[in-house]
Amino acid sequence: MTTPVLEVRNLVKAFPVGGGIFERLRFAKGHLLAPQKILRAVNGVSLSIAPGEVMALVGESGCGKSTVAKTIARIYEPTSGEIRIDGEDVSHLAFKQMRPVRRKLQMIFQDPYASLDPRQRVKDIVIEPRRAQAEKGLSRKALEAEAVALLARVGLNAEQANRYPHQFSGGQRQRIGIARALSVRPKLIIADEPVSALDVSIQAQILNLMMDLRDEFGLSYLFVSHDLSVVHHIADRIGVMYLGFMVETATRDQLFNQPKHPYTRALLSAAPTVDRALRKPEIEIAGEVPSALRLPQGCCFRTRCPLAFDRCAAERPALLEQPDGSSVACHLHNQAA
Amino acid sequence: MNETLLDIRGLKTHFHTFGGLVKAVDGVSFDVKRGEVVGLVGESGGGKSVIGFSILRLIDPPGRIEAGEIVFDGEDLIRKTEDELRAVRGGEIAMVFQDPMTSLNPVYTIGRQMDEMLKLHTDLDEPARRARCIRMLEDVGISEAESRLDAYPHQFSGGMRQRVVIAIALLAGSRLIIADEPTTALDVTVQSQILKLMRRQISERGAAMILVTHDLAVVSEMADRVVVLYCGKVVERGRTEDVIAHPAHPYTRGLLDSIPRITDRQHRLRQIPGTVPDIRKLGKGCSFRERCFRAQPLCAEQAPKLAPVRHSLDAACHFPLEESEA
Repeated sequence: MTTPVLEVRNLVKAFPVGGGIFERLRFAKGHLLAPQKILRAVNGVSLSIAPGEVMALVGESGCGKSTVAKTIARIYEPTSGEIRIDGEDVSHLAFKQMRPVRRKLQMIFQDPYASLDPRQRVKDIVIEPRRAQAEKGLSRKALEAEAVALLARVGLNAEQANRYPHQFSGGQRQRIGIARALSVRPKLIIADEPVSALDVSIQAQILNLMMDLRDEFGLSYLFVSHDLSVVHHIADRIGVMYLGFMVETATRDQLFNQPKHPYTRALLSAAPTVDRALRKPEIEIAGEVPSALRLPQGCCFRTRCPLAFDRCAAERPALLEQPDGSSVACHLHNQAA
Repeated sequence: MNETLLDIRGLKTHFHTFGGLVKAVDGVSFDVKRGEVVGLVGESGGGKSVIGFSILRLIDPPGRIEAGEIVFDGEDLIRKTEDELRAVRGGEIAMVFQDPMTSLNPVYTIGRQMDEMLKLHTDLDEPARRARCIRMLEDVGISEAESRLDAYPHQFSGGMRQRVVIAIALLAGSRLIIADEPTTALDVTVQSQILKLMRRQISERGAAMILVTHDLAVVSEMADRVVVLYCGKVVERGRTEDVIAHPAHPYTRGLLDSIPRITDRQHRLRQIPGTVPDIRKLGKGCSFRERCFRAQPLCAEQAPKLAPVRHSLDAACHFPLEESEA
């Protein structure tokens, strides 16, 4: 049994929100109170990624998938729970102690326009993580040569290394972001909606590049996306999130052939497709996602679920393993088990 | 019933920028029949949004409509005065924009913004207008419509706001709706609700729609006919089934191949190499030639004209794909 590259257990992230003290001031039972509003973005998510594996997180906006990604990269401080990278618990490491860990873990961001420093040359952007990690005495020349080699690997030439980010298109910028992530030869890359801002023809180029790099460098990906067809293309295993909960995890084929959770089924049938023959009878779900400030009692999906019954309001379903190896958090499936 | 509602012929909208002349729309022709949904697709920079704005003459300097005719119900909109156009905008032709966050005015209630439309385009009295607003909100699936009239846009979620925008577009009984990426900012489950709503409302009212989108999947579910744009020109147009199943233009083929399919998963997607060229520096010849796998010397010499290829398909390509190849 190899150590998973990433193991997350019961990750919780809550954000205190809601304005200044005067906005929150209440008078109750003879006391003046200022209760803190809490936005529960991630509520006990667990996952693990094996070396070379691509795990995708899907869900609609506000489901907490990006928060999971950013908390693992320790851009956010986890409220509670455990994050193990290559076996090492990093959930309580201080900023400086995180530095050696970042050699194993890098991130690619959604917005190729906001994630590159406009005042830095591309070669400097690409080599910055490497420079932060490099042993002393590595010459500037050697680092620059590495930058050019990295850029060549993602399809940009040496002449372009001296340019600034604004001289590149969205797809090229995303290539620069990928080269930057690769510079420290990480084991795991967390990609937060890396192709959502790109046109389809460019999206295909970037997805192909990411798959090639996985094979070449033995990378693992945590791939966050809202787009099911992209996820189907790239992922080995998929986790479906709703309102900060993991509602289903399964291998790609299981998830697309036999989705179990009603929300997964609804997501799959709602996605438009060019293959007319493939269109399924739609499972219609009404309404919209409830607010993460006031989570519903019981199952998080019951307010929109066409199959909800009384137990769903009373009791929150746990994510339980099914006979086929997938896991589902739904009373309909856990009754039988 | 199959008569033409809108006929666009040789439309050219150019932007005179300091960086050079941008021919955002360069000789585009297509028509929309009554009760029909026509999809305009293409990647960023294709000119699809500019066409939508040009129809209502919402082009600001440095942009200018240089040539062409936009014949709506027998009248050329380009020759109309600003005053005459006011009756058309929002009345005969309504528009739904991409971003539901910015297309409503944040300082007025939903009711007032809906009422404005009816005040301008009908001569109903106040109670009648209010009743119509309430009915319209119910039609687009907003519950407790009466109390919602007094709510402000920020009290609505993105999907609800887009419902309101659609309600406003439908209020005055427009015969043509131009929807510019109406669901791009929405989640898939909400997207499918909104698309179904638009489809139903449009067929119930017998209106026509121009659906501007980058998403071929949305077009293939919604549109009767498709117009594919590249660098300001129509590269292919035809019935949706024909274009999706057997496209004649290599660009359309490339776009379709770039979409990851759930049916067959290959290790690599077939990709279109390169990027969209700088639209200010297009030489003579076909603007897709540098990314095209079928390009020949002729493609650099002479720009292809839009011509019938087969069935309903027209394509602008010297070497269109055969039905068996596509």
